[in-house]
Amino acid sequence: MPVQPYIEAISAALWEEMERDKEVFLLGEDIGVYGGAFKVTKGFLEKFGEERVIDTVLAEAAIIGAATGAAIVGMRPVAEMQFADFVTCGFNQLVNNTASIHYRWGLPVPMVVRLPSGGNIHGGPFHSRNPEAWFFHQPGLKLVAPSTPYDAKGLLKAAIRDPDPVLFFEYKYLYRRIKGEVPSEDYVVPIGKADVKRKGNDATIITYGPTVHVALDAAQDIAGSDEYDVEVLDLRSLMPFDKEAILQSVKRTNKVLILHEDTLTGGIGGEIAAFINENAFEYLDAPVRRLGACDTPVPYAPTLETEFLPGKDKVLKNLKELLEY
Amino acid sequence: MATIEVIMPQMGESIAEGTIVKWHKKVGDPVKKDETLLEISTDKVDSEIPSPSKGILKKILVNENETVEVHTVIAHIESEGDGEAVKEPEKDATAESAEPQPSEEKTEPAPVTEKSSPEQEKPKDRFFSPLVLNIARKESVSMGELENVPGTGAGGRVTKKDILKYIEDKKAGKTEEKPVEAFAAPHVEVSRGGVEVVQMDAMRKKIAEHMVQSVKTSPHVSSVTEADMSRIFTFREKHKNAFEKREGFKLTYTPFMVDAVVKALKKYPLMNASIDGDKILMKKFINIGVAVALENGLIVPVIKHADEKNLTGLARAVQDLAVRARNKKLVPDEVQGGTFTITNPGIFGNLWGTPIISQPQLAILGVGVIKKRPVVIDDMIAIKPMVYISMSYDHRLIDGALGGMFLQTVVRNLENFDDKQSI
Repeated sequence: MPVQPYIEAISAALWEEMERDKEVFLLGEDIGVYGGAFKVTKGFLEKFGEERVIDTVLAEAAIIGAATGAAIVGMRPVAEMQFADFVTCGFNQLVNNTASIHYRWGLPVPMVVRLPSGGNIHGGPFHSRNPEAWFFHQPGLKLVAPSTPYDAKGLLKAAIRDPDPVLFFEYKYLYRRIKGEVPSEDYVVPIGKADVKRKGNDATIITYGPTVHVALDAAQDIAGSDEYDVEVLDLRSLMPFDKEAILQSVKRTNKVLILHEDTLTGGIGGEIAAFINENAFEYLDAPVRRLGACDTPVPYAPTLETEFLPGKDKVLKNLKELLEY
Repeated sequence: MATIEVIMPQMGESIAEGTIVKWHKKVGDPVKKDETLLEISTDKVDSEIPSPSKGILKKILVNENETVEVHTVIAHIESEGDGEAVKEPEKDATAESAEPQPSEEKTEPAPVTEKSSPEQEKPKDRFFSPLVLNIARKESVSMGELENVPGTGAGGRVTKKDILKYIEDKKAGKTEEKPVEAFAAPHVEVSRGGVEVVQMDAMRKKIAEHMVQSVKTSPHVSSVTEADMSRIFTFREKHKNAFEKREGFKLTYTPFMVDAVVKALKKYPLMNASIDGDKILMKKFINIGVAVALENGLIVPVIKHADEKNLTGLARAVQDLAVRARNKKLVPDEVQGGTFTITNPGIFGNLWGTPIISQPQLAILGVGVIKKRPVVIDDMIAIKPMVYISMSYDHRLIDGALGGMFLQTVVRNLENFDDKQSI
């Protein structure tokens, strides 16, 4: 299997889907001539033409609104937010319109919004957000957040083929840092299925996106120094999230740390913790712990950003306390 | 009108639950404040619980023979005034306060709570995670066992690994067998007729549990000796009438026995100790338990600091505890903390017995009937009031030599009783 960086897996998914299905088209800011802010769509305009690779105005409400309109007439738009942070400008379209159409009219809305998310790139408060929790709370949207090239390609294909609006959170920090094997033949990663990225028996870290790698790192460290065996469960899909996989893991390891790069309070971790509490209380050998970023805007200064993010040291500290509880 | 909640009182620091023995009032009955409302039994004593308030017994929430945790609401009383209940201070029946209590009322009224009052704090037991409790339930590990599983988690918490290891060890026979349930008696086939099934009451269950546990804990060994009670016999004959007139109760032999034992314990303090794992706990106080037979069982009230009392003081203490034991007026503190026990198989005319140790003590001394017998003294036969004294003791710590010497010291203390003293 060829080894590809995360970003190329995303490009490949788009490319293959556009080749496979003529209804698939892209729209976003600077995605055509410029090839996208991160070059995800470099070469797409030349290959697929300006009707299928549309450079839009700087107006997220317009991008999402246009995509929604196209989707309800049967096309399969993939809209790009240049940075996930800017989705706020299209918030009304997404939560009031897009998310409710199926419930109101019974129509499928087969569209994807790509959201380059996350920090660790010294982007400051406007270019580093993890906005998934806002949409997690909005019924009618599906949310996926891959951590590996394999999952990114498979989930993007699944998202494009899905009849519902899917928010595809992709991580700028992982774009070129994370490489992995990606099949060249067609495949999808089903939405709603988590993946055990590391097997373990002593505790489970439930996480998604960039912190999957932080968790794997920490688990590796702790296995070496303390001979604890920590499982890492990558949710991959946030909505719907894989309840079965969570329960299976919790019932086996009995201790849970929920980890996400998004700020802690009101984050998805709270919902996962509540779910575990309600459904696996008798399997818990320790209180469910959560770790997220500090409850502040993302700081610009690199040292502050490091302190802000839930890095390996913080994960190790939490894990140790959990394991020794 | 206000609804007063009657709650299961906590009759002692370590007591977590109580059993309702009997409701003295029916639903709809009027009750006076401090009138006996019900009788409860805890693992220490039976107690009568007075009504916390005047009013009508509206609802009984816990029926007779049911066991509930302390602080559980067991009944509702509708009070006529609505202020009284609120004013009633909540009391802990056994709060370790130094306040003197009126001697005629050792049982406190049941604490009351208004419905809106915040939940009372539960006693702080060892914490077990939901998982550990779940595993314990599935593997039939009792709470009693669980309390003793060594914990390696934070603050000594029992972790999943700890309980799994305990269960594994138990299956492999490495762990001490779980205490035999007192009721794991052979199943009695009732369908054949001729057998009446009678439910044990709470006290009987407690006694059964304790006896089984004691025999399992301590390898009992017994020695028997005899003592010439002439001096005490004469002394008692001489003083008993005056004593009864003055004190209002009969002078028995028990205080003399307690006195002789206390003096012997001072000489052999190891007899007054107890065992904690591989450690010996030497006690600097001497608290003598005196077994009292009740209509439906027995109870062992404790004379605290018996070494600080003279003969009259001991006689009063024995009398007070025995009377209150029969009237169910003992508080749990009075049946705890014994360091040595005296029992009296002689009371029914028997010569001697082999009693079972009251844990965690090390020995129990049984006094037989005092009877005139021919004895040989200097090759002559004399008639003496004699008594057989038996003692069962824990051979883990007390060997025959110590047990024997101790017993002989008791005999000497009895036989050389100072009959010039006053009482």
